Amino acid sequence: MTVASPESFQGSLQPQGWLRYFSFSLDHKVIGLQYLVTGFIFYLIGGALAGVIRTELASPISDFISRETYNEVLTLHGTVMIFLWIVPVVNGGFGNYLIPFYVGARDMAFPRLNAVAFWMIPPAGILLISSYFISGAAQSGWTAYPPLSITTPAAGQVVWILSVLLLGGSSIFGAINFIATVLKLRQPGLKLMQLPMYCWAMLGTSILVVLSTPVLAGTLILLSFDIVAHTGFFNPALGGNVVVYQHLFWFYSHPAVYIMVLPAFGLVSEILPIHARKPLFGYTTMVYSILGIVFLGLIVWAHHMFTSGTPPWMRLFFTIATSFIAVPTGIKFFNWLATLWGGKIALNSAMLFSCAFIFHFVFGGITGVALAQVPFDIHVHDTYFVVGHFHYIVYGGTVFVIFAAIYHWYPKFTGRMLNEDLGRLHFLLTFVGFNLCFLPQHWLGLNGMPRRVAEYDPAFTTLNQASSIGALLMAISTLPLLYNVIWSAFRGQVAGDNPWRALTPEWLTSSPPPVENWVGAAPLVHEPYAYGVPADQIDLNATSGRDLWSDGRS
Amino acid sequence: MTSLAPSSTVVTTTSLAQPVEAVEHGHGDFRMFGLLLFLVADGMTFAGFFAAYLTFRAVNPLPPGSNYELELLLPSLNTVLLVVSSFTFHRGGKQLLAGNRSGCRPWLLLTAALGSAFLAGQMVEYFSLPFGLTENLFASTFYALTGFHGLHVTLGVICILVVWFQTRDQGRVTASEPFGLEAAELYWHFVDVIWLVLFGLLYVL
Ligand code: HEM
Ligand SMILES: [Cu+2]
Repeated sequence: MTVASPESFQGSLQPQGWLRYFSFSLDHKVIGLQYLVTGFIFYLIGGALAGVIRTELASPISDFISRETYNEVLTLHGTVMIFLWIVPVVNGGFGNYLIPFYVGARDMAFPRLNAVAFWMIPPAGILLISSYFISGAAQSGWTAYPPLSITTPAAGQVVWILSVLLLGGSSIFGAINFIATVLKLRQPGLKLMQLPMYCWAMLGTSILVVLSTPVLAGTLILLSFDIVAHTGFFNPALGGNVVVYQHLFWFYSHPAVYIMVLPAFGLVSEILPIHARKPLFGYTTMVYSILGIVFLGLIVWAHHMFTSGTPPWMRLFFTIATSFIAVPTGIKFFNWLATLWGGKIALNSAMLFSCAFIFHFVFGGITGVALAQVPFDIHVHDTYFVVGHFHYIVYGGTVFVIFAAIYHWYPKFTGRMLNEDLGRLHFLLTFVGFNLCFLPQHWLGLNGMPRRVAEYDPAFTTLNQASSIGALLMAISTLPLLYNVIWSAFRGQVAGDNPWRALTPEWLTSSPPPVENWVGAAPLVHEPYAYGVPADQIDLNATSGRDLWSDGRS
Repeated sequence: MTSLAPSSTVVTTTSLAQPVEAVEHGHGDFRMFGLLLFLVADGMTFAGFFAAYLTFRAVNPLPPGSNYELELLLPSLNTVLLVVSSFTFHRGGKQLLAGNRSGCRPWLLLTAALGSAFLAGQMVEYFSLPFGLTENLFASTFYALTGFHGLHVTLGVICILVVWFQTRDQGRVTASEPFGLEAAELYWHFVDVIWLVLFGLLYVL
């Protein structure tokens, strides 16, 4: 690699125009933003699909769309949200932007592979969405369980498989890059245990991706044989075995839930200390709990299969293993609380979303542990209780963190602040809408409303309507965000290089950063969380954008 | 709490002008490390297939009278070919690292030839088998596993030929820049090991 000397890239300090965001750029920051913006577009698409679902479910009969269309919409919604929004954004988006800074590098370990990984995503997404208009989309849900996926129309299902294979490949390439970057590209003198927590989160996540995503790929290849060549791997009519599909699928897809939430753990661990002006509590235990989650995450998959004829000994093992996950997760939860405890908290948008994350995550964790108990799970499996559980974690957890991260890093991306009032409005709408949408679903599930149906018992109407109103609020909540992000890019208050007075290396350079991240040598930060500034010396205006919320403690 | 005391290692924007420590620019070569990670991933794909195969065998008995007899002679010969090819590749690699490019190239060709012979043997076996892809669960699994492995061998042979081409006089693979050869070799050994497992599971077990 030939490297520009500091003098020669003085001139290229600022971004070189918009076109490079549409190019095969090798700059990790460009790629990170490519992931982020592409992901957000898919979030809007997935959100529109959710809107269709909630409109249909506002009444107990199937009146808004046909049942087949409902299945297609449901399948697309799940697939888009998981594989095209959450996974690419918390991994590829923030990972690519931040990890090279955190390890003190100028780029990722394999910049070209990085660009390839990103450019696999738009075609996969377009393929998936266009299948709806061309042949009809897949109808068997994001889990594509056979025999349903074998008996529903083949074209849509095959396109679905192709698309998920592309996305899985992209995810694997990304993960290889993250592992190599964190382990091999650290600047000399920077120890592993001095890395910002997000690095550890991405290391753990990437290990999960490398170990589990290939299994999904292999499984989907076999499934496509069943569909196209009429083999019988997963087709009982031909002597095959559907449960094998479930095992292989969940061997990937349980780790996949951690692939969606571990990076969010990492991001929130970066955001909390800065806005509470305190060191991250329990760094070492945080690291070990991430590693513990990685290990346990690989051996709990059959808790999704308690009603699949799973033998008792297996149920017992998977119940116990799953319940154990509450230990490292609980450690992280208390560490976050302890980080906040006694801090000089700036309740700005980033902090509001982060605190809501903690709240939602703990709630979803508790329903998760409940679901891990076989006697309980056999009653609520495949009901709306499960839908409530995972949306509390995936949306209330990860998506809230993505929003927090947008408010937190936008000044770095653009050099301008997001508007705080709009941010708080966005938070309020999202928070109320989200809880109104998903809290009732627990009750619905406990009372027996099955998931993945377009029609339901009229007794459930009221709560479903409440849920739909919540969804409407969530849809509205994207408007202030969108407006804010676009308006602030041109008119936002100029942020300066380090508006939060943070210590992690991405803030120790200009905003937006120059092409190779720092002019001159990279700063070597041994203590990324050393916020020990006495409280009366903190300039709160600089920290929160306004000191409205932050008096009370000193 | 100690955390409230200003820490001596705090790096603030003001210190941007004098970074704490200068860092050397540029970095080592960790393409092999990346390849290793890729092979772990690839190996997991096979692990998934093997797990599926073993479960099928354990819980899905074939209907009586099913046809699943495998000939052992040809596959055993194939196994020998592949194992030998790992050694020939290694010999070639050692020659290159010792600076003897012309001594390396015949070994590469020989390795590619052994790989191709393996593929030819595989084809002969496919055409002589009494069952097709959709005959029964065993047949499907057999073809899926050996076929997926065969694709790997094909890719490996292509890589070897490319490396062979790159070790010519003006080529980019040299004793001081041996990445292409080392990568192909690692991959080839990997494909070989997978075959041994596969052979054990499909033919011997
Ligand atoms: C303490 C941690 C957790 C436990 C004990 C737990 C437990 C469970 C159990 C037992 C189920 C199966 C319910 C059923 O289908 O009957 C389930 C479903 C699910 N969980 Fe969790 N969970 C936890 C955390 C998470 C996290 C962190 C995520 C995502 C980031 C997540 C996402 C999901 C999803 C997506 C499903 C539904 C999958 C489907 O059938 O479509 N869970 N969880
Ligand atoms: Cu799970």
